[in-house]
Amino acid sequence: MIRNTRAGYGLLAIALHWTIAALVVGQISLGLVMLRVTDQRLAFDLIQWHKSIGLLILALIVIRLAWRMANPQPRPLASLRRWEKTASQAVHRLLYALLIALPLTGWALVSASVLGIPTLVFGLFLFPHLPVGVSEGGEDFWRLLHGSLGFTALALVVIHIAAALRHHFILHDGVLRRMLRPVRRTKA
Amino acid sequence: MVERFPAIAVLLFLAASVQAAAAPSLSAVVGRYSIMTPGSSLFFAVPAVGGPGITGRFDRFDGRIDIPASSVEHARVEIIIYPDSVATGQKRVDDFLKSNAVFDTANERTIVFRSTHVQRTGEDTATIVGSLTARGRTFRETFHVRLAESGRGALRFHVEGRVLRSRYGMDVGTPIYSNVVDFDMNLAFRRR
Repeated sequence: MIRNTRAGYGLLAIALHWTIAALVVGQISLGLVMLRVTDQRLAFDLIQWHKSIGLLILALIVIRLAWRMANPQPRPLASLRRWEKTASQAVHRLLYALLIALPLTGWALVSASVLGIPTLVFGLFLFPHLPVGVSEGGEDFWRLLHGSLGFTALALVVIHIAAALRHHFILHDGVLRRMLRPVRRTKA
Repeated sequence: MVERFPAIAVLLFLAASVQAAAAPSLSAVVGRYSIMTPGSSLFFAVPAVGGPGITGRFDRFDGRIDIPASSVEHARVEIIIYPDSVATGQKRVDDFLKSNAVFDTANERTIVFRSTHVQRTGEDTATIVGSLTARGRTFRETFHVRLAESGRGALRFHVEGRVLRSRYGMDVGTPIYSNVVDFDMNLAFRRR
């Protein structure tokens, strides 16, 4: 029940999926809000939360990828058409890539910032800066890249959610259900 | 028990200790002094964990020392800082410090210190206790003063002090940035 099988996802993969999903949705929302609030005190606090959550997502993604490599990958449902399998695979790969690239570019942005604000993860421990050049130009570059990737991730998350809802409510297949219920290991 | 002096007594004492050639006369020190902004500096530093922290200065401030001859116990020291003159060398930090997160300069124009009493701590040193008002909140603060120079109707003090910014509603960024603000000031006064 913990591990994946070829028939479906195990409990840990499902838990990681929904935990990361909730964090990513929250993180994107936080990123959009924190740059728009006029209260600078609130903005500062939100940015510190954004940094901490980003590093948590990075850690969870690494665990999830390691777990994925250590487990069988469930077979795509037989009802899926060829283009759906291809699209699904492409979106999943892009999402993995983005969820690694986003925290890394955010980390680089913080490290390149001329403000030099330290990162105290959830107020618990100090996280070092990357050895990137500190400059206004560097900070602008990483901000642009981080923001662009963020909007790309937002678009992919919307596509991902829409596809899952389509499978569940229109096609009535088991695509969403198998990310809700862990597979039970059958006796050989 | 620590002996306490009225402000005038300590100021006289400090002035006398620097003027080694001849003790200053009462008429030489008693009077009204105004701060000389060009010859003064008012620096502050906020340490940070694992980072450079924030250092800066205030470019505009006023101040005076009033030492009435007839009523020395009513000597007064007043320093007025205009926080919209804060300068850190980084405009974004300046803007942040001026915002509602810290000084709220749109609504709060001044930070004011008024002495209540002076306590001698050495030959040319003293602590000045008084009320500091910032963002509408007033607390008792202590600054350590050393008379650096005196003569020709002028006085120069080196002043250090540590202020807890949280008491004034400026605790944004803690604990990344220290709650303690270190002040380091060189204040020159000229007789009015």
